Amino acid sequence: MSTQSSRLAARMMVAPSVVLLLIWMIVPLAMTLYYSFRFYRLLSPDRTGWTGFTNYVWFFDSPDFWLALFNTLALVGGVLVITVVLGILIALLIDQPVKGQGALRILVIAPFFVMPPVAASIWENLFMHPQNGLFSAIARGFGAQPILFLEQYPMWSVIGIVSWEWLPFATLILLTALQSLSSEQLEAAEMDGAGPFARFRHIILPHLTRAITVVILIQTIFLLGIFGEIFTTTQGGPGSASTTLPYMIFKQAIAAKDIGRAAAGGIIAVILANIVAYFLMRGLGRNLDA
Amino acid sequence: MARAHSPRRMWLTTAAAWFVALVIFFPVLWMILTSFKTEPSAVAMPPQFLSADWTLENYAEVWARSDYPRFFWNSVVIAVGSTVLGLAVAIPAAWAMAFVPGRKTKDLLMWMLSTKMMPAVAVMIPLYLIFQRLGLMDTRIGLVLVLMLMNLPIIIWMLYTYFKEIPGEILEAARMDGATLWGEIIHVLTPMALPGIASTMLLNIILAWNEAFWTIVLTTTRAAPLSAFIASFSAPQGLFYAKLSAASAMAILPILILGWFSQKQLVRGLTFGAVK
Repeated sequence: MSTQSSRLAARMMVAPSVVLLLIWMIVPLAMTLYYSFRFYRLLSPDRTGWTGFTNYVWFFDSPDFWLALFNTLALVGGVLVITVVLGILIALLIDQPVKGQGALRILVIAPFFVMPPVAASIWENLFMHPQNGLFSAIARGFGAQPILFLEQYPMWSVIGIVSWEWLPFATLILLTALQSLSSEQLEAAEMDGAGPFARFRHIILPHLTRAITVVILIQTIFLLGIFGEIFTTTQGGPGSASTTLPYMIFKQAIAAKDIGRAAAGGIIAVILANIVAYFLMRGLGRNLDA
Repeated sequence: MARAHSPRRMWLTTAAAWFVALVIFFPVLWMILTSFKTEPSAVAMPPQFLSADWTLENYAEVWARSDYPRFFWNSVVIAVGSTVLGLAVAIPAAWAMAFVPGRKTKDLLMWMLSTKMMPAVAVMIPLYLIFQRLGLMDTRIGLVLVLMLMNLPIIIWMLYTYFKEIPGEILEAARMDGATLWGEIIHVLTPMALPGIASTMLLNIILAWNEAFWTIVLTTTRAAPLSAFIASFSAPQGLFYAKLSAASAMAILPILILGWFSQKQLVRGLTFGAVK
């Protein structure tokens, strides 16, 4: 059905999207690249000029940068592991014949509709707060000292909050995939004497590969840029304990008012995103094919 | 893959499933309960459930102290506007990629998706400067544009996976009957693709409603949506739990209700081609 004219028409239909996305990608990127080689501090407006790689070197020399890099990857990796593993377990549970499956789905999907600043402030104030939080009440009920979540385990707390936000997404995609699995296949395996674990390993898990791929792909895209949750809860602290790369860039731009450095950080973040994307596409692209 | 089980086992799994679902939902429930308590009751130790002092005062006060309708209306305009504009650009693109695929279609899709991997913070300053130069700062049209571009790859991908499920033979039959390209899109494809377009629309309204970086960075007052409204409320931490909860509930309830009413549509649309 692809005649010459329909091919031309198809190109013209794709063109607006491609052009818009190209502009959206290239213009800010080119500007960021330009600033990253400039001396540009809002607090010393008279001094301008090219500085070569100074802004980049500052990042690589800063111990905070390597911590931020580690934290960024820990956040992405941690949330992916938690949401995929729990998502599979919860999907397997809900997929069983249970009473009120529709109502269950409504409860499970709820965190997905909660905007990040609200999610972060619920967890920070109503749950993790050392005096008034529910967790501290529980700890005291057992006669224990309240855990200082955001002070002592800031990164784990952020990973926990973000996992709660993304768990519904993972669960629902995995559940939909699970529901498309034919019961005959499972029953046949059961008759052949395959136990629950063998059935999971050899039938259910392979069936879920594509769904898991999609969950990892979509979530990584959103997780690499996580910002609001950290901004609301720990502000990157204590010290730099929960500073991720996006947050470190934000601090350079807003607190230090050093546009040049922030821009260099932005370029580093873009390179990191491309490296992650490359491995993601290489590792997972196969699963997505047709 | 639902299978028949003994009644006892069904009650056990039902209990377990409900327990897990309630644990996941509990933070939202607790926030809503707190929003109806008086301030002393909200921070009382041990926490109060049934014995709490219930009140509607927090909602009245948040309503009186802030211009909630304006924030709400900005959220609606930005979420719906960016989604409609995005669909207008994405539908033709997804249609072409699904029905007239070239050798590079898959790569093109992946490239589009990869543009979303750039952290927003990385391009914050250029966008800020562009917005200032073009007079888009604190305008709804500016946010509509940014959120549209941000979510465009997701819209295109979702629509693409939907359109691909529509059998090509139907199109050929329509063409035999002399349908033009646009006639084909309007009379044959659109009705078949409507459920897919509806779920794409829903997901994008939710993503845009909940976006909380650009909506805060690029607005001050006039165009500020509910994400900025809530950000301004969480400043005096710990002191006003009940009012903070009421404001939070007011920020998320519209989209929570929309999401719950349309969750069947949404869930079906959320698969991104993960289910074949």
